[in-house]
Amino acid sequence: MPETTTGSAAAAERFEPRIVAFFCNWCTYLAADLAGTTRLKYAPNIRVVRVMCSGRIDPQFVLDAFAKGADGVLIGGCHPGDCHYESGNYKTLRRFQLLRRTLRALGIEDDRFRLEWLSASEAEPLKTVVNDMVEKVRALGPLHLEVPAEAFAAEGEEVAAR
Amino acid sequence: MPTPEHGDANAVRIGVYICHCGTNIAGTVDVHAVAEHAGTLPGVVVAREYKYMCSDPGQELIKADIREHRLDRIVVASCSPHLHEKTFRGAVADGGVNPFHFQMVNIREHVSWVHPDKRAGTEKADALVRAAVSRVRHHKPLETRRVPVRSDVLVVGGGIAGIHAALTLADAGKHVTLVEREPTIGGHMAMFDKTFPTLDCAACILTPKMTAVKAHPNITLWAYAEVQAVSGYVGNFTVTVKRKPRYVRDDVCVGCQECIDACVYKVGKEPDAFNLGMSKRKPIYLPFPQAVPQVVTIDPESCIEFKSGKCKKTCVEACADRHAIDFTQQERIETIEVGTILLTTGFKVFDAKRLPSYGYGTYPNVYTALEVERLLNASGPTAGEMVLRDGRTPRTVGIIHCIGSRDEHTNKHCSRVCCMYALKLAHLVQERTGAEVYDFYIDMRTPGKGFEEFYNRVAEEGVHFIRGKVADVYPTAEQDGRLILQAEDTLLGNVRRIPVDMVILAVGLEAQADAEDVRRTFNITCGTGGWFTERHPKLAPVATFTDGVWIAGACQGPKDIPDTVAQAGAAAGEALALINAGHIELEPNTAYIVAADCSGCKTCVPMCPYKAIGFDAEQGKAAINEVLCKGCGTCVSVCPSGSARQNLFEDDEIYAEIGGVLAHA
Amino acid sequence: MTAKPKIAFYWCASCGGCEEAVVDLAEQVLDVVAAVDIVFWPCAMDFKRHDVEAMADGSIAATFVNGAVRTTEQEEMAHLLRRKSRVLVAFGACSQLGGIPGLANLSDTASVLATAYRTSPSTVNPDGVLPQRHTVDGGHALGLPGLYETVRTLDQVTDVDYYLPGCAPTPKLIAAAVQALLTGALPAKGSVLAPDIALCDECARKASKPDALALAAFKRPSEVVLNEEECLLAQGVLCMGPATRGGCEAACVQGNMPCTGCSGPTSRVRDQGAKALSGFASLVASNDAAEIERITGAIADPVGTLYRYALPASLLRRRRVAVS
Ligand SMILES: Cc1cc2nc3c(=O)[nH]c(=O)nc-3n(C[C@H](O)[C@H](O)[C@H](O)COP(=O)(O)OP(=O)(O)OC[C@H]3O[C@@H](n4cnc5c(N)ncnc54)[C@H](O)[C@@H]3O)c2cc1C
Ligand code: SF4
Ligand code: SF4
Ligand code: FES
Repeated sequence: MPETTTGSAAAAERFEPRIVAFFCNWCTYLAADLAGTTRLKYAPNIRVVRVMCSGRIDPQFVLDAFAKGADGVLIGGCHPGDCHYESGNYKTLRRFQLLRRTLRALGIEDDRFRLEWLSASEAEPLKTVVNDMVEKVRALGPLHLEVPAEAFAAEGEEVAAR
Repeated sequence: MPTPEHGDANAVRIGVYICHCGTNIAGTVDVHAVAEHAGTLPGVVVAREYKYMCSDPGQELIKADIREHRLDRIVVASCSPHLHEKTFRGAVADGGVNPFHFQMVNIREHVSWVHPDKRAGTEKADALVRAAVSRVRHHKPLETRRVPVRSDVLVVGGGIAGIHAALTLADAGKHVTLVEREPTIGGHMAMFDKTFPTLDCAACILTPKMTAVKAHPNITLWAYAEVQAVSGYVGNFTVTVKRKPRYVRDDVCVGCQECIDACVYKVGKEPDAFNLGMSKRKPIYLPFPQAVPQVVTIDPESCIEFKSGKCKKTCVEACADRHAIDFTQQERIETIEVGTILLTTGFKVFDAKRLPSYGYGTYPNVYTALEVERLLNASGPTAGEMVLRDGRTPRTVGIIHCIGSRDEHTNKHCSRVCCMYALKLAHLVQERTGAEVYDFYIDMRTPGKGFEEFYNRVAEEGVHFIRGKVADVYPTAEQDGRLILQAEDTLLGNVRRIPVDMVILAVGLEAQADAEDVRRTFNITCGTGGWFTERHPKLAPVATFTDGVWIAGACQGPKDIPDTVAQAGAAAGEALALINAGHIELEPNTAYIVAADCSGCKTCVPMCPYKAIGFDAEQGKAAINEVLCKGCGTCVSVCPSGSARQNLFEDDEIYAEIGGVLAHA
Repeated sequence: MTAKPKIAFYWCASCGGCEEAVVDLAEQVLDVVAAVDIVFWPCAMDFKRHDVEAMADGSIAATFVNGAVRTTEQEEMAHLLRRKSRVLVAFGACSQLGGIPGLANLSDTASVLATAYRTSPSTVNPDGVLPQRHTVDGGHALGLPGLYETVRTLDQVTDVDYYLPGCAPTPKLIAAAVQALLTGALPAKGSVLAPDIALCDECARKASKPDALALAAFKRPSEVVLNEEECLLAQGVLCMGPATRGGCEAACVQGNMPCTGCSGPTSRVRDQGAKALSGFASLVASNDAAEIERITGAIADPVGTLYRYALPASLLRRRRVAVS
């Protein structure tokens, strides 16, 4: 699996997913900083939005990101028991599954919405998670939510013809 | 809502600064293009690129632009906010704009250093800058909160690091509580005979400091105690400490040790932990003669009175009218309030049994270096005599470096002190026994002050250095207790088999087994291997990401005594600086509830780990105590009616950021 | 003609309940009716579309439109009425949020038609005939409006001035709104004409809610004998009250049924379902992934539960349609 995009013409054809990553300030954001200081290389498709704790990540933010064109949303927080604020990440966990099920019902595949616990020292795992998610979302293709929202329905004739 | 000094939110005047960071950013991000893109964004009045934004001229640039262009919002795209957010907020404030009308973009750690493709990196930098520009427009002026800092300090771990830090703080007039897990302070250093490279006698330099701790009016020493829980925040921590029962009253015991002599056990039966099991101790004991505090301890596991209730209690008789022995003593839980915390919990040595090919635990004459430290120590199991487990004095000794260090299968790190202590042991063993010493090293690492000189000295003394990794340790054909060390000599290029009487394994340093628990208790982070993580590897080596908690000594990573002491002094100094300031400025990122909006549904109330949210039953509204709120924002995300909000992380700020990263350029 | 202000009513995709609410109102507040001149009300009065088309633009003082928009005809009427009216009010949950018809956004038109005209057990349609947009019957060309793939709220089709929430809006809210219209005491454009605070505020059971609620199980109202005084959430029943705008005086709760969210969110919330989800799930009494899954799993149909009225108005608006 190529770790990064290359500037070649062939690669330009490739679908480049856009992934919004909500990272907590104390663990996952620092893991991403560490990935930088240790010069790891990973896919450039994620855009990090920093919050103090994963507990701040309102499910509305996730939906908003999808609605605004994200192909995937990644939530990164401290491992269970390690939240800088003791238990914010448990609240995140409690919401995650129901939100994922809701998204599924709305046609958004599980691979597009991930929750990962990544501690401040886990730069390698962060790289793996990002690369893996980018590949999986790339395989799923663009989310394309905008298009059908206003689209005109099939007319009666067409429906009848099916 | 319009803010009078800056006009309404739509009429903001934003300045954007893209840092080159030398070539760190400019090498892989087209900084010029990013600045140009920023210039096209709504509200942006100036967009510039500059070599080093954090430098004085970089900061001056911001201030000058604020004056000239009447900027009221600033965005800097450079390194991680964890590094320079404070710097730039300071510059913005100096320029006369509220410091929180600022947003930082991380295009170094999160872009240039991780994405080598310039096109993709530039595109990402553009997106992140766009996000910051759309976000900053919503920023409200805020003020930092000031909280007072208590002057009392907690030091956890009484090795040389904790001792030095406690004395420094106490000498500066601050009250220190020193909590040590073992019955005595001293840590590993107390086990050594001499210390490299100067060969000072460890006890001679350590013991006076240990007694000074005990005697210091500003130090409360709780040995045989452990921290159970910590709550609160910088300046105001509440700490509960569990003090284990010694069954001896520390306020009356004078350490005369008459009880030990009088014990019904005429000789010790229990392996003596301080001597690493190489000697036996009685149920009532003092770990070593210079132990501090000079208070004996009863081990209920082996004491007859505890096991049967039928002991003659000759110890009690011997203690006579001092009445120090108290079999009914209970564990005590103490609660203290401190403003700052220093963690100096040290290290543990690598367990040599994990590498069976070196024969530790199988062949009696294989020792760890720490055991040899005890054998050489005058108060050790052999009173300083180098005698082997089989009673012989070694004529030939092999020392093997890097056991459990620099190895894929155990620890990748270099333990930093082993080469030097191996040289020390080589010297001491040769000096005490006249034995031939063979020293097997992979690389000889002696980069400290006086270290290389010490190596040369030991080499001149006739120690045989063999550059090569020992592959195997096995008994001689004669089965005479001797062992053969087989190694490839990488300098000579041949395989050498050297028979020796004694093998010394230079075991590496590892994080304490309970480092994870300790880190959790104090809410700090551990890196790989369990070493506590410093806030910045270069610029904040003893601070942690938790304000008010510092680390020093070997708990942060392997290091020798001089480095440990330097760190302990540094941590004490940083704590003192905070205590003397008397207060700390906290991020104003607290949450608040708009009373008129709150329906009183109470969803937020149980969310807060700090019980910062109270419910006013009369008003039927929830309210946040700003002093207790630490700003996680969990209550904000759960409020089903959007009535809880968070400064610096307001909903509209985050939505704007999401929109910004996703907007097409 | 009189100088009384002209008022119009129109219905789009709705159940008729909102019309009923207007009729109730007309009976109760006769002086209001006396004060206005109803110029268009297809449900009750015989005016035709061309009558409206004939009116001068902006000549209607206020038009109340209930129902969501899902056909071409509804869309055309929405635009027409917008043009003719000085104030356009989205009346009721369907118009404001999409409402129950909005749940069609979980599906697509083809399957909606197939279910309604072919597969539902009560349907008798041996030839499988589906409605045709154009048919010729006995030499006459007949037309039906087209059906959009996506159900929309009124404000997703045209500019809306005010919203009257509820399924249906309560007489009290309607009366207050009409009063405000007549006296010109209107709030800022775009306002919802109801208090901007969640239902718990006016709920009689509020005091019985524990300070630290922990939800160990979610129950359906049919699975429990509900105590009539205790907070419904405290009894394990999903009550949307905390995530729903008040103003209805907690009518459902007074009837011992949980709030289902018809009044939509407060102005500070962009997605009612997501906020409700956040609040409920965060209160789940476990930190264990499997246990959490088991507890939240009891919410069998999260979209139908959390977005019963507000799917078209939500951030995602509908189930994603796979693009070919
Ligand atoms: C064999 C050997 C020889 C060495 N020789 C030399 C030498 O000659 N010269 C030199 O400069 N360096 C030498 N070193 C390195 C030296 O040991 C360290 O630099 C030094 O001990 C570090 O001090 P410290 O206080 O950080 O840790 P430690 O000495 O490990 O002390 C930590 C203390 O904290 C206590 N503690 C741990 N956890 C807790 C807890 N949770 N609660 C309360 N208390 C706790 C421990 O009981 C201990 O007392 C040698 C190391 C080894 C292994
Ligand atoms: S943000 Fe809310 S939950 Fe977090 S500490 Fe503050 S009051 Fe408590
Ligand atoms: S969750 Fe929101 S509405 Fe409910 S009590 Fe807390 S602040 Fe008030
Ligand atoms: S701070 Fe990382 S999840 Fe709470």
